[in-house]
Amino acid sequence: MNQNSTTGCFVFKPSSKKRKRTVGIDEYFVDGNDDCGNGRERFNICQKLWEKIKMDTEILQDELNEKILESLLDFIKKCTLSFQSRTDDWASRMRASEIPTAALVLGVNVPDHDMTFQSLSDLLKNSVTPFSVSVQAKECTALKNLMQRVLERLMGVGVSVEEDEEDSGIHLPQKRVSCSISVLCQWYKTVTKTCSENGFLQSPPIVVIFKDFEAFNPRVLQDFILICNRYIHELPLIFVFGIATSPSTVQHILPHSVSSLLCIELFQSLSCTQHLATVIDKLILTSQFPFKLTGKVLQVLVSIFLYHDFSVRNFVKGLQLALLEHFHSQPLSVLCCKKQEARHNAQKLSHKDVEMVRQLPSFMRYVETQEPQEQVQLLTSDDHVKEVCQMLLKGLRKYHKNYYPILRCLHSLTASLPKYPLGKQIRELHISCLEKNVWETNEYESAMQLLRLLAKDELVAALRKCADILKPGKTKKMKSALQQLEDYIIRFEQLDETLSGEEITSPGKDLQKKTDLFQLQKTLLEMKGSRRTKKMSPFEILRNETLDFIDGLVRSHLTPPELQPLNEVCYYSSSGVLRRHLNATPRTSIQTALSHPFYFLQNENLKTDAGTVSSAAPDICIVYKLHLECGRLINLYDWLEAYATVVSAAEGKDPDAEDYGKVDELKHARFIQSVSELEFLGFVKSTKQKTDHVARLTWGGC
Amino acid sequence: MELRTTNICMKNFKSRLPDVTFYSRESEAACGPRGSVVGFSGSVSEKMLSGLHYPGCPEARLRSLREKLPCREVQAGTLLAIMGEPEQYCYPSIFIYGHRATGKSHVILTLLKELELPHAAVSCVECVSAGLLFEQTLLALFGADSAALLPRLPSLSDFVRVYRQVCAQQPAKQTRYIVLERAELLRDMEANLLPGLLRLQELVDDNVAVILLSEIVWDKFRPNTGCFEPLLLHFPDYTKAELLQILSLDSNPSYTPELYSSYINILLGVFYSVCRDLRELRHLAALNFSKFCEPLEKGEAKEGNTHKLWRNIEPHLKRAMQTVYLREVSSVQWGQQQMDEKEATALRGLSALAHVELPYYSKFLLIAAYLASYNPARTDRRFFVKHHGKMKKTSFLKKHEKTSNHLLGPKPFPLDRLLAIFYSVVDSRVAPTASVFSQISSLVTLQLLTQVGHDDQLDTPKYKCAVSLDFILAISRTVSFDIVRYLYDFI
Repeated sequence: MNQNSTTGCFVFKPSSKKRKRTVGIDEYFVDGNDDCGNGRERFNICQKLWEKIKMDTEILQDELNEKILESLLDFIKKCTLSFQSRTDDWASRMRASEIPTAALVLGVNVPDHDMTFQSLSDLLKNSVTPFSVSVQAKECTALKNLMQRVLERLMGVGVSVEEDEEDSGIHLPQKRVSCSISVLCQWYKTVTKTCSENGFLQSPPIVVIFKDFEAFNPRVLQDFILICNRYIHELPLIFVFGIATSPSTVQHILPHSVSSLLCIELFQSLSCTQHLATVIDKLILTSQFPFKLTGKVLQVLVSIFLYHDFSVRNFVKGLQLALLEHFHSQPLSVLCCKKQEARHNAQKLSHKDVEMVRQLPSFMRYVETQEPQEQVQLLTSDDHVKEVCQMLLKGLRKYHKNYYPILRCLHSLTASLPKYPLGKQIRELHISCLEKNVWETNEYESAMQLLRLLAKDELVAALRKCADILKPGKTKKMKSALQQLEDYIIRFEQLDETLSGEEITSPGKDLQKKTDLFQLQKTLLEMKGSRRTKKMSPFEILRNETLDFIDGLVRSHLTPPELQPLNEVCYYSSSGVLRRHLNATPRTSIQTALSHPFYFLQNENLKTDAGTVSSAAPDICIVYKLHLECGRLINLYDWLEAYATVVSAAEGKDPDAEDYGKVDELKHARFIQSVSELEFLGFVKSTKQKTDHVARLTWGGC
Repeated sequence: MELRTTNICMKNFKSRLPDVTFYSRESEAACGPRGSVVGFSGSVSEKMLSGLHYPGCPEARLRSLREKLPCREVQAGTLLAIMGEPEQYCYPSIFIYGHRATGKSHVILTLLKELELPHAAVSCVECVSAGLLFEQTLLALFGADSAALLPRLPSLSDFVRVYRQVCAQQPAKQTRYIVLERAELLRDMEANLLPGLLRLQELVDDNVAVILLSEIVWDKFRPNTGCFEPLLLHFPDYTKAELLQILSLDSNPSYTPELYSSYINILLGVFYSVCRDLRELRHLAALNFSKFCEPLEKGEAKEGNTHKLWRNIEPHLKRAMQTVYLREVSSVQWGQQQMDEKEATALRGLSALAHVELPYYSKFLLIAAYLASYNPARTDRRFFVKHHGKMKKTSFLKKHEKTSNHLLGPKPFPLDRLLAIFYSVVDSRVAPTASVFSQISSLVTLQLLTQVGHDDQLDTPKYKCAVSLDFILAISRTVSFDIVRYLYDFI
């Protein structure tokens, strides 16, 4: 069955959708590039990788939220205890009965909150109370909806609000429960009698979670709180407000008379930028996953995060899209997997695949560097290419294993420098390393210069950090680098002992004080002059030696991946596709379609110069083009006349004929139809300011 | 007191003057041991001032009532006079209004409970639909069976029908009272509900009275179509002396009442200017009393040494006014802080964390919205076109635009103006992507922008910027945009 008919089914027969889908997911991979047979394998690798990434992000999220959720749970437990031990002493009798409330400030990345709330309610269900409900603003537009949701979710029965008659037929067999808190009170009393055996506290609290506090209608919230306050002595209620902006919105939304019924405690979550940094650290800056992003793609994802939504979930979704796109569009991605599998898959490459390998730019570059005899071998023998492929893949893996530790070292060395010449975040450094030879940039040079001015204790501390980063490294190169680094550290320490008595007059000494960048530069220039004359101290010699060593590490390991043969297998590079999908521009597409119909219709007749529209173009394009020449208000009759003239030209009539440019019924109808299409697209609307005029809703001319 | 006579519904309505009241023998027998009927003489006002009187109620119970209703004897007396004898018809509807915590519900409910009169007390805030109101009323007056007689989605006439039906089985021996708290919410329900309830006595033909309690004056209730005018009864605010008297009643058992009332005196000295809400004051008194007693516990001062106690507590109360009273700090945290004695580490209040992190373009959208809201549209040329030429502020503007726009508040602006300003303030070229538009709507959900009601929401939606100058200054500082240079009010 070809793909068109399946998609046809999707549109017209939603009932058969599910069945078709289950067989169909990996079919897309096969059908997309029907020329090679490894679609299914690629799909499986992709699925496996995605599962792993998904699991890792979930674990990460849980770790990040652990602290705040823990304190929230403590708060709820404490409140529960105070409900139970509500003693009859003077102070507690006198105090107004407040509803304990946790204001949970989560930041503006609303899409991410779902996961946090999910784990919160899971935690609550597991350890504190079986009675927790979460409500969203969009399902609670009126007080009765809110009450209904809360009661329904707590009691697990249909609650009638008496107004919605439509679904009364469904609810009728159930017991009719009117929607009021007093009903809830009775239910709670009966339930708690049996509840104590289930391992929960004596009277578990009822936790109501308002997921998006800002979006709630203030009236609804106020009334709900007022009602709840009347029952606080019978029902141990606790509220959780999920706040996206700042805690002061509580005071904006609730008047004092209502907020005085709450006992609000504040909980602040981790900022989303920190969250992103951790996710990048765990998902991208690791050799664990064979799938990689190029600098441009990463830049697109990060800029969507920073400029548009602050949502980590969307970032991970973007990563997922890149993953899918890579495995879908790159047939050789079958090699982008774990060591054993890759070797296996490399053996199984078909002739077509091998041809594709030969055409990879990076492989061609590699071939050129080989001996002539080897070149012939590579271009003729498939088996030899397969062998070489395995070898190159191994090299790629090694490269990654060395790349990330050295990247981290360089970042930890430069992150504390004034003005962050190589970027404050490690992702910035990573992106610049992906794009070019980092050691050729000016920023790197200035960073190195600043490093050469570091005082001894700072330098040694930084080197120690580097050594810690290198420790888990398993490759030979990393081990030897670690060995050398440790040697340097020891030599620095020994320097201390040998030089303790000696007097040193190094120019670097007066730089050990903290200075600002300007002064630093000034002294730097002075030093340049004096350096030739003065003899360097042993410390300076050693420092230069160490930094030269680090420079050497950078030069040998932080080369851009593009230079690695077969990098196309692992690196996803089409940032444009990703940008188009994740950050769509519907308006631009509509305008392109209207002003350049050739772009979508691919009809040679419609091809025109920039800025003009062929008179044979669809009516709506002509009408659109004409409306661009008008001001804010458009006279419909003038517009119709102009349209008729253009269309007559398209019909190839004689310009001197009598009925040239005349409006007949057909043209009139076509015109009216296209104008209403424009209205539908939101370019014009009818106006009451002038009869027989329409108003333009966009600005700017042709 | 405002009493209005009305010629409607007078036929079986007893006079409010006690000396002309009429008593029937049978009802007396039915109502149990009433003893002799207390005869009234003299003017009504004299009776009210002299204390509470209720026919057939023993003096001891009246005394206990008096103790339970401190500083509200006058109002309680008036109410009792209006209610009259249990078996007589009462005025059909009474409207009681007064500020928060002036004892409206307390007085009426205490009276009804102590005198064991049949009544239904319903809070209108709980009644999301009129049906719930009817159900709860019937439930309280006639028991669960009667409420079940109501059909789904009952209307007022259903209620009246069911009421008459059950009333025929259980005829009224005493006046039944229906107390509706927060009656202002009745206005938002069906239009016929409030007028219907006001003359319920007439509709159901039973001895029933509806008492409405509200914080709003009756003038705001009166429907356009007119209605039966209820008796109006105002509960005035407690005076400072009355507050002192009432608050002193709940003294701590471990200290003398004199000490407690001197404490209340100090408390009122600080808080009376900002808060007269009895409940709130009682809450504050409870929160801070332990701090007040601290010198006594430590033995640093004696009970008589009021000056020292005052010096100790006064700064503490002032701080409480700025924090716990405004709910910046929760009462639990306040209590903990007192115990920990760590006064230097001030708790972070709710409004202390006003900083909001926003995505880069959202910040600029918000800045553009602020500019669009606070600059007159005519000045956009001056700020956002490069060669605008010189414009003088005075000659250029109409008269009403000369007042500060910040005093007038934000003005609505259309979406295109927002985007035009956005594209000119943001420093890089931004594609009009879908996410730029979705950011506008998420700013609306975060209540940083508000959508202005307008009939054409699809084509030309209008917005207002809902953030303060300080907020926008902080935002624009993070993107190093000098917003003051673009604000018309500041040039």
